[in-house]
Amino acid sequence: MSDVLLSIRDLVVEFPKRDKVLTALDHINFDVRRGEILGMVGESGAGKSLTGAAIIGLLEPPGHIAQGEILLDGQRIDNLPYHKMRRIRGKKIAMIFQDPLTSLNPILTIAEQLIETIRTHLPLSEKEARERAVQLLEEVGIPAARRRVDDYPHHFSGGMRQRVVIALALAGEPDLIIADEPTTALDVSVQAQIIDVLKKLCRDRGASVILVTHDMGVIAEAADRVAVMYAGRLAEIGTVRQVVLDPHHPYTVGLMGSIPSLTHDIDRLTQIPGSMPRLDNIPKGCAFNPRCERAFDRCYQERPDLIAVEGSEDSQVACWLFDQEASA
Amino acid sequence: MSESPLLQVSNLSREFDVSKPLLNRLIERLPQQHLRAVDNVSFAIPKGETFALVGESGSGKSTIAKLVVDLIRPTSGRILFDGKALPEARGKEFITLRRRVQMIFQDPFASLNPRWRVGDIIAEPIHAFGLAGQMETTVTKRVEELLDIVGLAGRDRHKFPHEFSGGQRQRIAIARALSAKPDFLVCDEPTSALDVSVQAQILNLMQDLQDELGLTYLFISHDMSVVRHMADRIGVLYLGALVENAPAHELFRNPSHPYTRMLLDAIPDHEMTGRVRKPVKGEIPNPINPPTGCTFHPRCEFANDRCKAEVPTLIATTGEHFASCFAVEEDRLPKAAAIA
Amino acid sequence: MTTEQTTGDQPLRPSLWRRIVDSDLFYSFIRSPVVVVSAVLTLIIVLAAAFAPWIAPHTPFNPASLNLMNGFTPPFSVNEFTGDVFIFGTDSQGRDVFSAILYGARVSLLVGFSAVAFAMILGVGLGLLAGYKGGWVDSLIMRVADVQLSFPAILVALMIFGVMRGVIPPQQQDQLAIYVLILAIGLSDWVQYARTVRSSTMSEKNKEYVQAARLFSIPAPAILFKHILPNVTGPILVIATIGLALAIILESTLSFLGVGVPATQPSLGTLIRIGQDYLFSGEWWITIFPGMTLLILALSVNLVGDWLRDALNPKLR
Repeated sequence: MSDVLLSIRDLVVEFPKRDKVLTALDHINFDVRRGEILGMVGESGAGKSLTGAAIIGLLEPPGHIAQGEILLDGQRIDNLPYHKMRRIRGKKIAMIFQDPLTSLNPILTIAEQLIETIRTHLPLSEKEARERAVQLLEEVGIPAARRRVDDYPHHFSGGMRQRVVIALALAGEPDLIIADEPTTALDVSVQAQIIDVLKKLCRDRGASVILVTHDMGVIAEAADRVAVMYAGRLAEIGTVRQVVLDPHHPYTVGLMGSIPSLTHDIDRLTQIPGSMPRLDNIPKGCAFNPRCERAFDRCYQERPDLIAVEGSEDSQVACWLFDQEASA
Repeated sequence: MSESPLLQVSNLSREFDVSKPLLNRLIERLPQQHLRAVDNVSFAIPKGETFALVGESGSGKSTIAKLVVDLIRPTSGRILFDGKALPEARGKEFITLRRRVQMIFQDPFASLNPRWRVGDIIAEPIHAFGLAGQMETTVTKRVEELLDIVGLAGRDRHKFPHEFSGGQRQRIAIARALSAKPDFLVCDEPTSALDVSVQAQILNLMQDLQDELGLTYLFISHDMSVVRHMADRIGVLYLGALVENAPAHELFRNPSHPYTRMLLDAIPDHEMTGRVRKPVKGEIPNPINPPTGCTFHPRCEFANDRCKAEVPTLIATTGEHFASCFAVEEDRLPKAAAIA
Repeated sequence: MTTEQTTGDQPLRPSLWRRIVDSDLFYSFIRSPVVVVSAVLTLIIVLAAAFAPWIAPHTPFNPASLNLMNGFTPPFSVNEFTGDVFIFGTDSQGRDVFSAILYGARVSLLVGFSAVAFAMILGVGLGLLAGYKGGWVDSLIMRVADVQLSFPAILVALMIFGVMRGVIPPQQQDQLAIYVLILAIGLSDWVQYARTVRSSTMSEKNKEYVQAARLFSIPAPAILFKHILPNVTGPILVIATIGLALAIILESTLSFLGVGVPATQPSLGTLIRIGQDYLFSGEWWITIFPGMTLLILALSVNLVGDWLRDALNPKLR
């Protein structure tokens, strides 16, 4: 068994519009290792949620994978027919959405929803499945799980509902969980609890998580590695310490500087001028070039691919500043 | 204090009737139900300063924003702006007070009328308060000037809101608020709908405007790091009540109230300083049926019998630092780990 | 003063025509052949009716221009006495059916448009008021609407028509009949507008842009008409289009029943009624052609309305 669980190779997702084709994901390459939490950050519209949707095969038409491969355990899953993909969904890859209220069916009890999902994926009897449901709820930290399993979703608070959603995602014992902004709709104090649950599950079960969020705090707390997306492309990928404390890509540098500090005074926040280009208006060369202070000729001509950064283990950056061959 | 504060809020309370419809109540024999969204809140903001209110959902922070700008009226208590109460003002005085207190809203997608051109949106207060005479050219000039101030181009006034990104729309909303020539801005989560890099742009803009125009802010947010960056003073709300009120640095260096401590402990460490979070206990109780005494006592490790029975009031701990907690009063709290 | 953030070098706004052609609505329009055909048919009928005095080969309701010898000429046939040709034939009086249809459609459309406009103004006004004010104003207006909805529209129209007959002196009845008809149809149809506008108003009035306007001391009527009204017009347009088809049918029904416009100003409904007397004696064209016109008109308008509803519904895009 190799170290890599999920491998994304040269992924391109396109949205045909009536007079043009929008490239929403533009040649994305990254791996998810077994048992790691990979954070995906970026502004809204950068393509982070879309990457999750592409992996699990839930791209909204007319969006489609135009190029590239998605390999799970070395098997291609991007070109599977619907019924085969359905078996992978939930069983091997599960998804957690932002809004816990809409991810649960309001007219079924938690037990009914969990048992149905468990029995879809595992050969268990009704009774065993129920036992398993209680176990799952305990595992995600729901107090008095045996008693609460027969409650309806509206009996739970927002944070508890998100725990139920996580339990539901775990029902098929997936290898990979895609969590799309799982804490965004929650209060700070509840957020922390959910992050802890996710981390614990990852550790205990050896499952991998792709954690999509715009909140650097969540990433810093939970992720092992981080991928930074910008305008449908991968700007940088590296360990969480490296990306947070020593970001390479000028965009990441700006992004980190724009977060107000909790520990020391900053007179003025670093700000990246302008805004992320719309998908129909991405400049030639590096997509970040109009906002980059360090852009030079090559940035306006050629598109940078991910380059391994020398001296910085495990990190890659799509920026010509780091092209050693050229500077050598 | 030498000067009287620009905004003085005293004993402000607001209840909402959350009862079921009359007929249901009669049939199901239910009593009327009231939700106390704001509970006896007092604070003051000196001219030119930023006071921030932080709290989680249901803490009543947005209700206070609406009360201060007089979009809703208090159940009891008073809000004095420059010594005058808006609900009691009449005629010209009312209009002037209205003009001087403006608001920036949370959602830049809902706060601009989608059918209006940006120029008309920004010009609305100018016309409404008669701020540029009757000449259309002076209004246009003023609109272009305001767009320039918030970092947009003058020709953007011909466009519609949907042609702009979230951050740009929030700039337009700021320009609209400024066009009334206010002294005081209530900012209700002005950046919570925006991406962090855009948030930095808007926060910087708001700081610049405060420096240049001498504005006073009531800044409402759930984000501790944003509040720390923006505020001179911070008030912490829990279930509608102000539990702590302290200068910004003091609050982070020496948080008094157990809830403030819990809140600070819960913030993810985005700077990776190695700070260890303490797990959070419990959840916010139902505001329709809040706990007796100190509403925080079920989640508080320092609670004793007095906390369950009596309601604490804000008392000074050190100088300008206030907290409403019996444990603080009785000096039985251990020293908190300072964040900064 | 702060960072400059320009929004790109966009040229001035494109012309109105350009914007219409570029719009999603136009795109969806030209992609639906049924709708294009319907719209064209509607337009043809509306234009033909509007310009009836110039288009119609005869003036059918001027007795001096009629020749009894032309009576019952079948369509596309040469009259054996006069040698005249009538494309849709003639009726018992020798009236040209085609011209009668043009003039009849004119009355039908006039009543239809006016009734819809009347219902729309009334319904939108009351809906805005109910939605914005809430409380007992809202309860009063909506309960009246509920009561009215429990009667079929035609019954309401007949009732109003009957009452008006009683009120208006007989010598003015023919003159005023058309206005009474507009009033009756309009009053029977305002509820839809009021309900829709009320619910959109209730959701719009809590939006932040309305709260902002209140902070500028904008008076309530100005907030209603300048801020809220433009944001609730989408569904109104749809209801109005479908309502037009219903109003035309309702008018024809009333005229068919003989309570509508006077015989001196026949609408499509009147023509169908007059013609049906001859249906079994073989002169089918007198009733079939007005009937077909009504069918095509109502169907086309309805199809356009259906399309509009789908095209303006963001969920179906």
